[in-house]
Amino acid sequence: MSAAKAEILRRIGAAAGPAPASAPAVPRHYRRSGELGKEARVDLFCERAADYDARVHRVAAAELDDALTARCEELGARRLVAAAAAPGRPRGVEVEPDDPPIAAAALDGLDGVLTGCAVAIATTGTVVLDGSPSCGRRALTLVPDLHLCVVDAAAIVETVPEALAALAPAAAAGAPLTFVSGPSATSDIELSRVDGVHGPRRLEIFVAWY
Amino acid sequence: MTAPGRVALLVTCFNDTLFPGVGKATVAVLERLGCAVDFPREQTCCGQMHGNSGARDEGLALAARTARVFASEPAVVCPSASCVGWLRDAAPRLAREAGEEGLAADLDELGGRVFELTEFLCDRLGVEDVGAFFPHRVAYHATCHSLRGLRLGDRPLRLLRAVQGLDLAEVEDEDCCGFGGTFAVKNADVSTAMLGDKMAVLRATGAEVCTAVDTSCLMHIGGGLGRARAGMRTVHLAEILAAER
Amino acid sequence: MKAAGFETAAREALGDSQLRRNMARATTTIRARRAAAVGEVPDWEELREAGAAIKAATMVSLPEHLERLERAVEERGGQVHWARDAAEANAIVTDLARSHGAEEVVKVKSITTDEIELNDALAAAGISAYETDFAELVNQLAGDWSSHILVPAIHRNRSEIRLLFERTIARGQELSDDPPALAAVARDYLRELFLRVPFGVSGANFAIAETGSVGVVESEGNGRMCTTLPEVLVTVMGIEKVLPEWRDLEVFLQLLPRSATGERMNPYTSIWSGVTPEDGPREFHLVLLDNGRTDVLADAVGRQALHCIRCSACLNVCPVYSRVGGHAYGSVYPGPIGAVLTPQLRGPAEAPTLPWASSLCGACLDACPVKIDIPSLLVHLRGRVRREVGAPHAESAALGIAFRAFSGRARYERAQRLRRLGRGALANALAAPWTRSRDLPEPPDQTFREWWDERGQG
Repeated sequence: MSAAKAEILRRIGAAAGPAPASAPAVPRHYRRSGELGKEARVDLFCERAADYDARVHRVAAAELDDALTARCEELGARRLVAAAAAPGRPRGVEVEPDDPPIAAAALDGLDGVLTGCAVAIATTGTVVLDGSPSCGRRALTLVPDLHLCVVDAAAIVETVPEALAALAPAAAAGAPLTFVSGPSATSDIELSRVDGVHGPRRLEIFVAWY
Repeated sequence: MTAPGRVALLVTCFNDTLFPGVGKATVAVLERLGCAVDFPREQTCCGQMHGNSGARDEGLALAARTARVFASEPAVVCPSASCVGWLRDAAPRLAREAGEEGLAADLDELGGRVFELTEFLCDRLGVEDVGAFFPHRVAYHATCHSLRGLRLGDRPLRLLRAVQGLDLAEVEDEDCCGFGGTFAVKNADVSTAMLGDKMAVLRATGAEVCTAVDTSCLMHIGGGLGRARAGMRTVHLAEILAAER
Repeated sequence: MKAAGFETAAREALGDSQLRRNMARATTTIRARRAAAVGEVPDWEELREAGAAIKAATMVSLPEHLERLERAVEERGGQVHWARDAAEANAIVTDLARSHGAEEVVKVKSITTDEIELNDALAAAGISAYETDFAELVNQLAGDWSSHILVPAIHRNRSEIRLLFERTIARGQELSDDPPALAAVARDYLRELFLRVPFGVSGANFAIAETGSVGVVESEGNGRMCTTLPEVLVTVMGIEKVLPEWRDLEVFLQLLPRSATGERMNPYTSIWSGVTPEDGPREFHLVLLDNGRTDVLADAVGRQALHCIRCSACLNVCPVYSRVGGHAYGSVYPGPIGAVLTPQLRGPAEAPTLPWASSLCGACLDACPVKIDIPSLLVHLRGRVRREVGAPHAESAALGIAFRAFSGRARYERAQRLRRLGRGALANALAAPWTRSRDLPEPPDQTFREWWDERGQG
């Protein structure tokens, strides 16, 4: 044990006194699960995600590729990187695998990234990435300017506690998690929200019904 | 709710010395509603000023003295939300911090018998119409102690709305007026800045009178309105309720 | 950065009309947003209750949680360092940078690193630290320091920022005042740094002992950039920010965004655990910082201040802070929480005027997502300053006179009679600051009790 660690632990002990025999109870009377049915959950998610300037598309699974294709054409996106197990594939687009991992500078030169997501939160309009093959490594969804994120409707939960419970195994395994709620923004200029600073300036969410 | 009976008045050192009209008005309202009012002469100051200034021992000594003075009184009425808040919440807490459990218990017990005026009228006597007549446009300032301390809610407004002839101006602003006890002199500049904004809000209502349940804030607001020759005066809620045809 | 005393600093700030306008506009806007975001949540009070309880429970067993955190981080390939004070923390970070041959580092906003003045320490070692948070960038370019926990350049408006950029990172360009245009300037300037600099430094909003997870809550994406792209990441975190379990996060990820920026969720929250091969930095160092936190812990009443989650809701609702801004508090922690944290972190003698920088209005307590009773802490610290440091002589004398007068009926009634004779020693001592802006009331002919006597009762 380093001298610093020993000293700090000693100071804490002297300051706080001995720890109690059992941890004081924490009252958890807040909402830990949602009440909405699946349709309502998906509706809420789409509404809330759009509220923070993500563009939301609802598609049947069979139409996912068509929707991706059309959107890429509209946006002029021709070169993408895709997470290894990202659902869907746009046509007429050069899709690079991230294997071997693409250098950051090269990522900067691509038009966008395509991923799935681990879980999505309806009340906040959030998608969560967990570094799994469907989501890809973190740099993929950070450097390119456009993020196409496919959300399985079944992966949408209503509340934040439900999402964190679903992510607990990944967290325990040490997976890196990224919570994304809209494109990046700053409120530093007179507190008016400005979209698009360092992360992708465009976030396109495709909610797919399987 | 109880029938009117005997109550003891805790007038506050402030009102006793500088604003006796507030004490007189409180007596008048209580007597009009059938209470027999007692005034224990030994009372001086509850200790709030010392307690809030960091002179904890002195503040607690005065709170303890107050508890002794009112020890045998079944119901104590006080026309000051800040003094009631001190006796009921802040003083017992400071007593516990100082390790004075006995005093804390005494103060908790006292706190159960002390009522701010609007609490007594609305909760204990169950009245809102106290038979008052005050034909003026009045703006109500919710003091921090009444709003966030005692959480009087709309009791003062319910009482004001029942006053005949009174034209109540809506004031949405819940910000502090800037008095804050010794803050008014220790940080006089910030206090003045806050007062300026509060006066602007009050003056915008076109009211003739500003009222509240704390004389201290009214002295500060009234002092500013007077300096600005604003043509608005401050009147304690008790004095409005005591006014008759 | 010791202020000349809050009263003096505040008076100066009050006279700065640009600052007054910037602050009023900003705090009014954010108050409304926070109220709306909180109003949407039906179980807000239950969340606050849980948040307060989790923090209290954490402090009570802090050594256990810190050691568990250390083990969890190390199990996942990270390294943990402990720093007793600012100098030690700075030495750790500087040595790590040197040992990797880093001459530049990219930084995410971290008030903790501002607290220890890390950038100056790195500069002394010939290492340039680039702030990448928009507001911290503005402050760095202006040679200014933070005036708000969350929005450090809140004291600047868009025109001031434009002029600053035209003088520095966008020299030779003609810019507009339009916020999106200003943001674009920062993006271009910083992107080059993100893609190039291999050493990143961050703070952390929390660390979970159970899983070794460390988290950064942000809006712009610079946090993701600095914690993902570099090869080496160093995170400096105060020891009070540890949370026991993963599920505790479900409370704070709701309390923080709504309290801070009035959003349901901030744009990006990054959570990582040690090192993940092929994803992010190949080396991660967590520096656990004391620097006075154990002193705060030693005050049984004051230690509540350590529960702070740095949301800044108290700043935005404070009638004093919103008029004077952060610099008047002489600390990187301003506003209500700063007034109770700074005197405890540094010792009451180093910040003796801060506990009086408040009218005790209580708006901060109502706004605090973890229910820190700031007004009570202020009164408590006023007592500590009196007992440990002393108080201005005139004030103590006045309080002494008043106490003696209040201690007995006869003395009190005698003192009352002085009200008409020059208003008495106490009133005179206080009169000048009052009468600069307010009239004093005329003393009445009779006191209440004199009237009561005449009335023939009692």
